[in-house]
Amino acid sequence: MTNTDSKIKLDIKKIQLDFPILSREVRNHRKLIYLDSAATSQKPQVVIDAQNNFYETINSGVHRGAYYLAELATDAHEHARETIAAFVNIKPEQLVFTKNATESLNLLSYSFLNATMKTKFGSVVDKRLILNPGDEILVSELEHHANLVPWQELCLKTGAVLKWIPITDQGLLDYSKIESLISPKTKIVSISHMSNVLGSITDLELVGKAAKSVGAFFFIDACQSVPHMPVDFSKLGADAIAWSGHKMLGPLGIGLLAATDELLEIMPPFISGGSMIETVSMQKSTFTKAPKKFEAGTPPAAEAVGLGAAVEYLQKIGMQNVHNHERHLTKLMVDGLKNIEGVTIYGPTDDQDRGSTVSFALNGLHPHDVGQVLDDMGIAVRVGNHCARPIMDKLKVQSTTRASTYIYNDDSDIQALLEGIDEVFRFFGTK
Amino acid sequence: MQLSNMYQEVILDHYKTPRGKGLQSPFGGEAHHVNPTCGDEITVRVLLSDDGKFIKKISYDSTGCSISQASASIMFEQVDGKSLDDFNKSSDEFLAMMQSKGNFEPNEDLLGDGISMIGVAQYPARIKCALLSWMAAKDAIIRANGDK
Repeated sequence: MTNTDSKIKLDIKKIQLDFPILSREVRNHRKLIYLDSAATSQKPQVVIDAQNNFYETINSGVHRGAYYLAELATDAHEHARETIAAFVNIKPEQLVFTKNATESLNLLSYSFLNATMKTKFGSVVDKRLILNPGDEILVSELEHHANLVPWQELCLKTGAVLKWIPITDQGLLDYSKIESLISPKTKIVSISHMSNVLGSITDLELVGKAAKSVGAFFFIDACQSVPHMPVDFSKLGADAIAWSGHKMLGPLGIGLLAATDELLEIMPPFISGGSMIETVSMQKSTFTKAPKKFEAGTPPAAEAVGLGAAVEYLQKIGMQNVHNHERHLTKLMVDGLKNIEGVTIYGPTDDQDRGSTVSFALNGLHPHDVGQVLDDMGIAVRVGNHCARPIMDKLKVQSTTRASTYIYNDDSDIQALLEGIDEVFRFFGTK
Repeated sequence: MQLSNMYQEVILDHYKTPRGKGLQSPFGGEAHHVNPTCGDEITVRVLLSDDGKFIKKISYDSTGCSISQASASIMFEQVDGKSLDDFNKSSDEFLAMMQSKGNFEPNEDLLGDGISMIGVAQYPARIKCALLSWMAAKDAIIRANGDK
């Protein structure tokens, strides 16, 4: 059962023992201080075991083969689907396994392209998926490239026009601009739930209502939210959400798309081939229903099973507890950074609801150099543009240093980062 | 500390007081290179002699980390006013050093202060930073020659 709302104090030291990588040494025999979970999370032993166990005991092709192992593998694969679907409060058939969140978002964008192309040659497709020149797609200025470039590409292929909601200096969406940006021409609104650079959280209710008021599809990039807070698909008002498994303690190589039954029904297939068909002749093929319609080819079953174990692990801790713990760490980090002279924080700095991803600059120093000196102390942070170049342009910086936490980080990790930053200043003689 | 192998004093000095920075005209070829992982950017301009055999003037403008900035400054010092033959020798030597993982005896005649970058070769993520200016210069030279 999910441990929601309980105000229990988590035993982080005990949780850390579940993650074998946290006990390894990194550069200079330093203890690893991992502050890059917004890029990818570490994996608890139960996830590693679940994946290994699949290969060691039941490895076989899922959804094919009438033999014993194939049944076990198929059961494990579908059990993982049920677990993950329940985690975001949807039915299993509403959950599509993909390679990663980028693929999930491409699945959505290609549905419009494929429908638009197919209708030109006589296929019957749902009109809502057909884009005409001048139709509009609305994103925001804080999107990860994964929720920007696929829509730019779709515009180039259909003549649709990309619009975006600008961000304020505080790194929040400028909601006052939505009204002027949305119109009956808007066919798709696709927005990030939480910025992977600034940690700011989007008011999805407001954006969703605007999208629905003009009959547009409403999609959410939930990569940074689902791993870190309770997310209930039915409460988002979205047609689809995309996220990745590897950012939520699961294996690499598995992503997710949750969507309404209706959308899954009307979207044509994205990748086609085996496993997604009903009948095939040399002349034509018919397709099976979702989710299999979108899962062509042999699926990454061991990865799905590993992700199922990750979700069970998170459910035991409770997502509200995860979020509370990370808000505590975020406050510690933001307050600590504020107290260091020469540090500029980007994004929300007051005690509002925000994610644990914090971008900052050490004035006069390039993030790559900052990251290098921190690495020398065993501290892993991300430096660069975080696949969100437009935010960098908005902030008028080339790149930032970004620290992000998860359930296995504790106060001492934040302390190490803050002390590390002092050391960076000392090393380059800028203080 | 291993880190001081990378951030040698001479590198930090070039970073803090870059030589030859600032684009100049006239020029025969220009190249703009970007390191997409960290956003470092450089523009290099080259003016060749009439016979195309000498670099009469090389200039650059760049933003980025200490390694990329120092490397550009060192490159400028090493190749400005030199023959293309010298440029190619230096450029090849620098590339070989960066690909050596640090197991290399760099030739100071060819690299000048560039020999201080040997420590960078031990950090795979930073090799691109060090090579950015050299690669852009190579491109600018090709373009300058193409105009002839």
